[in-house]
Amino acid sequence: MTVDEIKNGIVLDHITAGKGMKIYNLLGLDNLECSIALIKNAPSRKMGKKDIIKIDADIELDTEIIGYIDPDITVNIIKNGKNVEKKTIELPQKLTNVLKCKNPRCISATEQELPHIFTLADKEKRIYRCLYCETKA
Amino acid sequence: MRSLIDILELSTEELDSLLATADDIIANPQKYAHKCDGKKLATLFFEPSTRTRLSFEAAMYELGGNVLGFSEAQSSSAAKGESVADTAKTVSCYADIIAMRHPKEGAPLVASMNASIPVINAGDGGHNHPTQTLADLLTIHREKGHFDNLTVGLCGDLKFGRTVHSLISALRRYNNVKFVFISPNELKIPSYVKESLKKEGIKYTETTDLEAVMPELDILYMTRVQRERFFNEEDYLRLKDSYILTPEKLTNAKADLSILHPLPRVNEISVAIDNDPRACYFKQVLYGKFMRMALILMLLEVE
Repeated sequence: MTVDEIKNGIVLDHITAGKGMKIYNLLGLDNLECSIALIKNAPSRKMGKKDIIKIDADIELDTEIIGYIDPDITVNIIKNGKNVEKKTIELPQKLTNVLKCKNPRCISATEQELPHIFTLADKEKRIYRCLYCETKA
Repeated sequence: MRSLIDILELSTEELDSLLATADDIIANPQKYAHKCDGKKLATLFFEPSTRTRLSFEAAMYELGGNVLGFSEAQSSSAAKGESVADTAKTVSCYADIIAMRHPKEGAPLVASMNASIPVINAGDGGHNHPTQTLADLLTIHREKGHFDNLTVGLCGDLKFGRTVHSLISALRRYNNVKFVFISPNELKIPSYVKESLKKEGIKYTETTDLEAVMPELDILYMTRVQRERFFNEEDYLRLKDSYILTPEKLTNAKADLSILHPLPRVNEISVAIDNDPRACYFKQVLYGKFMRMALILMLLEVE
């Protein structure tokens, strides 16, 4: 299967197979006017199979969100057809409105206007806790 | 400007300074009688708590200040659906400092993020209760004179007991403190607390048998199994009488054991123990007021 090379844009590579659609939705890519390719289950030497997203537009991406969903993703920035920057992603320190607190006693469960904020409590174990009640995500 | 939401926001140096101020207030109350003249404390109690509210009010009056507020959500605009954020902004226009109790965990933090005056967390659900911990710490400080090398038994509801969680957070920072967790299996200390103790190499043991561990304890912190923390009345009734401290159970206890309880008690400490010199829970109430006075002075930056 071939997908055209992009000139100026972003390639999200090494997405864990099956997570491509989730990342597509979370990044709000359906709102963009440009060409976007979501390739599922592409063969990968390193991973066996992987998902890839190619975005044919020079835009800013909130890589923090991606880091939470799939921290092994690489972000490639393409300028004039060349890969000018390859970024690996760290786990974000703070997630806003990505997760919802499950604790029915948390203030975020009753106050609809409050943003749902989680902070990274343990990097090794990838544990996030609610800013308000400290319940584990 | 700063608030106090979690006891861990205070460094050990700041805790030492608050303890020193409280000691000085106890020794020289007249010196502090007009420190807060013209200042107002708003007590916003969305959940009833006579003890904590009266302690805050007494603290502010003894500093020469005034108090306004409400003692249940029904008499506040929360009953009309006002958000915590809006309440905090509004009250900031009337008072100099807020003490807030709320049944929802994290509500005082939300208030502090929106208020333009300091906010003191006076208890948020089963989460934190830092000023109770200040009372507990002053009691231990006055009774023992130090925090290092103590074996601290915590007994009763260790799952929902916010005072327990806050006290552990504060005491774990001192040297060689050992915790003994005594509870029925259903009300055990949450795993995240144990995980974090393990990570820092802090010693702890867990048991269901209070009498077996009694001889090793320097401090015994009793708690009440609280009806309001249960969704299910059956579970509450089954567990409420799990641990009742009686004179017989103290037979093997150390002569200088200090028995603490955040109060109110229901029946978990027999009244027969009240006159035992090891019973410190009513002194603890008094110390709570002095620590709240010290805290108000610190947050209002009164010299």
